[in-house]
Amino acid sequence: MKLNLRINQNNIIIFSTLLLIVLLYGAGSVLYTGFFTWQVFFNLFIDNAYLIIVATGLAFVIITGGIDLSVASVVAFISVVSAALLQEGMNAYVVMAICLIIGIMFGAAQGYLIQRFNLHPWIVTLAGMFLARGASYFITTQSIVIENATYTAISKFKINLVGSNFISVSVVIALAVVAVAVYVAKYTEFGRSVFAIGGSERSAMLMGLPVPRITVLVYTISGFCSALGGIVFTFYMLSGYNLHLMGMEMDAIAACVIGGILLTGGFGYLVGPLLGVICSGIIQTIVMYQGTLSSWWTKIAVGFLLFLFILLQRVIVIRRQRRRVISHAAEKPTASGGDRRTPASI
Amino acid sequence: MNGNVLLKMDNVSKTFPGVKALSGVSFTLRKGEVHALMGENGAGKSTLIKVLTGVHAMDKGEVQLKGRTITARSPQEAQTLGISTVYQEINLCPNLSVAENLYIGRVPKRRGSIDWKRMNEDSERLLKRLNLNLDVKQPLSGFSVAIQQMVAIARAVDMSSGVLILDEPTSSLDNQEVQQLFDVMRKLRDEGMGIVFVTHFLDQVYDITDRITILRNGALVGEYETSKLSKSSLVSNMIGREWREEDEHRKKEKSYSSEVMMSTQALTRVGSVKPVSLSVRKGEVVGLAGLLGSGRSEFANLIFGIDQSDSGILTLGSETFQSMNPKKAIRKGVGFCPEDRKVAGIVGELTIRENIVLALQAKKGIFNYIPLKKQQEIARKFIDLLRIKTPSMEQRIDNLSGGNQQKVILARWLATDPSLLILDEPTRGIDVGSKGEIRKLILDLAKSGLSILIISSELQEMIECADRIVVLRDRMQVGEISGDHMTETNIMKMIAEGGGTHEQYSQTGS
Ligand SMILES: Nc1ncnc2c1ncn2[C@@H]1O[C@H](COP(=O)(O)OP(=O)(O)OP(=O)(O)O)[C@@H](O)[C@H]1O
Ligand SMILES: [Mg+2]
Repeated sequence: MKLNLRINQNNIIIFSTLLLIVLLYGAGSVLYTGFFTWQVFFNLFIDNAYLIIVATGLAFVIITGGIDLSVASVVAFISVVSAALLQEGMNAYVVMAICLIIGIMFGAAQGYLIQRFNLHPWIVTLAGMFLARGASYFITTQSIVIENATYTAISKFKINLVGSNFISVSVVIALAVVAVAVYVAKYTEFGRSVFAIGGSERSAMLMGLPVPRITVLVYTISGFCSALGGIVFTFYMLSGYNLHLMGMEMDAIAACVIGGILLTGGFGYLVGPLLGVICSGIIQTIVMYQGTLSSWWTKIAVGFLLFLFILLQRVIVIRRQRRRVISHAAEKPTASGGDRRTPASI
Repeated sequence: MNGNVLLKMDNVSKTFPGVKALSGVSFTLRKGEVHALMGENGAGKSTLIKVLTGVHAMDKGEVQLKGRTITARSPQEAQTLGISTVYQEINLCPNLSVAENLYIGRVPKRRGSIDWKRMNEDSERLLKRLNLNLDVKQPLSGFSVAIQQMVAIARAVDMSSGVLILDEPTSSLDNQEVQQLFDVMRKLRDEGMGIVFVTHFLDQVYDITDRITILRNGALVGEYETSKLSKSSLVSNMIGREWREEDEHRKKEKSYSSEVMMSTQALTRVGSVKPVSLSVRKGEVVGLAGLLGSGRSEFANLIFGIDQSDSGILTLGSETFQSMNPKKAIRKGVGFCPEDRKVAGIVGELTIRENIVLALQAKKGIFNYIPLKKQQEIARKFIDLLRIKTPSMEQRIDNLSGGNQQKVILARWLATDPSLLILDEPTRGIDVGSKGEIRKLILDLAKSGLSILIISSELQEMIECADRIVVLRDRMQVGEISGDHMTETNIMKMIAEGGGTHEQYSQTGS
């Protein structure tokens, strides 16, 4: 894989996000002692592994021009299902498999409804969101603590990196998901078709791409990632509770936007959501280190960032549209290419 | 029936809400022929193609490919059957690179992953065959409509096996590009492929096609051999009444007064238009000639303020402006019918009526709401005047045929009652009959005191309408001709030689 590091309109948002991460982390390091350590950095990943996974799955949906509002509810639902099943004494790996299957089926069902009946994704996934939350209530209204040996072992397992600093299994899973997503987006026909649909669904259809199948698949991926995120989150919390992560779908969407995934579809890099998550993670850490600020300041700062990035996206889209007109003239050959169109021969 | 038949459509019908788009149409395509599909705007040509390729389901009828009955339920299935199509609306994804647009759906792979290097190389090679030298890694949206059209054609040609369908592929191309396309088509034809070709340019029909099928109002008129069908009977069959090719007629009477309506002094935009100075008098029709990319559309964009000029002065009436924007231009009585209707023109979700009154409403300001009754009156007037074919003015505009959409855009600007009207390719995609009507309309408007700046690739059209023609070349104003000197040969010569005034642009090798 060759990296092309020239800044252009497509990757400028990614670069601004990276720059922001460096700036924020730098600011934190200057302001607070103990901020600039490997463990604080690793903790960003450990605390947000589930969000990275969920946001990355969601990114595929957003790139096609759709949305999936059900992700947070699915994560909570999976946590409740896991906890309930483990309480029944079921094997941990079987529980995980069941969770993933639930996620896949849930996502596929949403995708099918959206595609087959041409329903708006907002409506379908909003219904999915309530459904998943409601279903968790149905199982239990209490928070269930997980005492399963496998789960606690995975949860406590530390992978040492750089001395005694460590990351968790979840971080490895999250990074693997991002790596696979990056690969799929760039190097598979499916990935490119996702972008094509985001560019123009009608054109994609006329070009002979299997638009219905891809649409269903994209929501299936989002469902799968939510379930996987749910499992990872369960490792993290070691409890199942239907009120977990209220409103987290918005954090996931925000991560995508800050990571340069265009909400209108068709543009974005799949590392983006990871960077977006890290960005808001750093803000959260700074607020924590500050100590006196209420945790709501994280939300305010993220909101402000979102606003900035949407503005930036807007500017880029407008620039792109304007460039069309200008380039019309620019691409035509000038004197040197003149032999291509010798007017006298017309 | 001989064994040469490749594709046979039998008794095909299709109804849209309120429109019988096709009724019992039959169509036969043979191996090794280029077959023109002709008909007025809204005759059902595109619908026939879409029904064949599975974009729409047909209500009734049968399709046979090489003797086997087929039903394509999606363009994808049609492609697998060997039918590849360039649809009338450009069907590419603007956010993907040129190379991807050429190969998506059939990308070259290495060990299961997309082989970008090979894809880019293949793309370059493929485009070279059409004499295009592009940076194929750039997103498609950065290229002009003409290039996009060529890319769409290149994709379809490369994918085709058996049947190639081209629905008005040449609408944005200049002659040179058309000839290149024709060369490719001839080659494919000689290899035994069947090609369906839709166009409103009669010359192209006689240049390339072997056979013609004519549709009228969704019904089949007949199938003819091109060499045995005269131009006038072709058009007569299309429009359903007698038509005779008119002699070359030029605008005779002077309709303009001495009052200058619009003038520019050295209006410039770096990289797109070199200084242009011209003036248009009240009631005068001025043509802007030049090849694609010569700066004619870019100049029009400057006047209307779509692009900002870097230097120079624009005068409208008695006011001078350093900079312009579309809103101001509309207020000052400028109307602009843009070249690229899909991007800059129609608002697909709105109805025909809303599209027609759009610019007028903008001119009046949003607080000065035009009453519905008045809107309907205006819409009715222009639907009749331009013969826009639609069951109702409340249809969504993207349900109209391509040519009829173009007419709606024209109507939008005529409705603003402008004092200066800029028409960039006003008759592109419009059928022969309506072209004449629009020409007449332009002359009538000029007579009533409207100033018109017209840009058209069809020189004959400009010669017939204009009092004066200004020639651009390589984004530079190179000369001006008027009166009896306005002939196609003279204009072409000037485009080629730069009017003899700019030696550095004189041609080598011709
Ligand atoms: N999706 C649609 N919904 C409703 N009506 C439609 C739709 N598509 C086409 N029509 C109608 O069907 C008729 C035939 O349209 P079609 O696009 O086939 O014309 P055409 O011959 O291709 O004309 P043009 O030369 O202008 O492209 C028109 O009256 C048009 O309004
Ligand atoms: Mg058509």
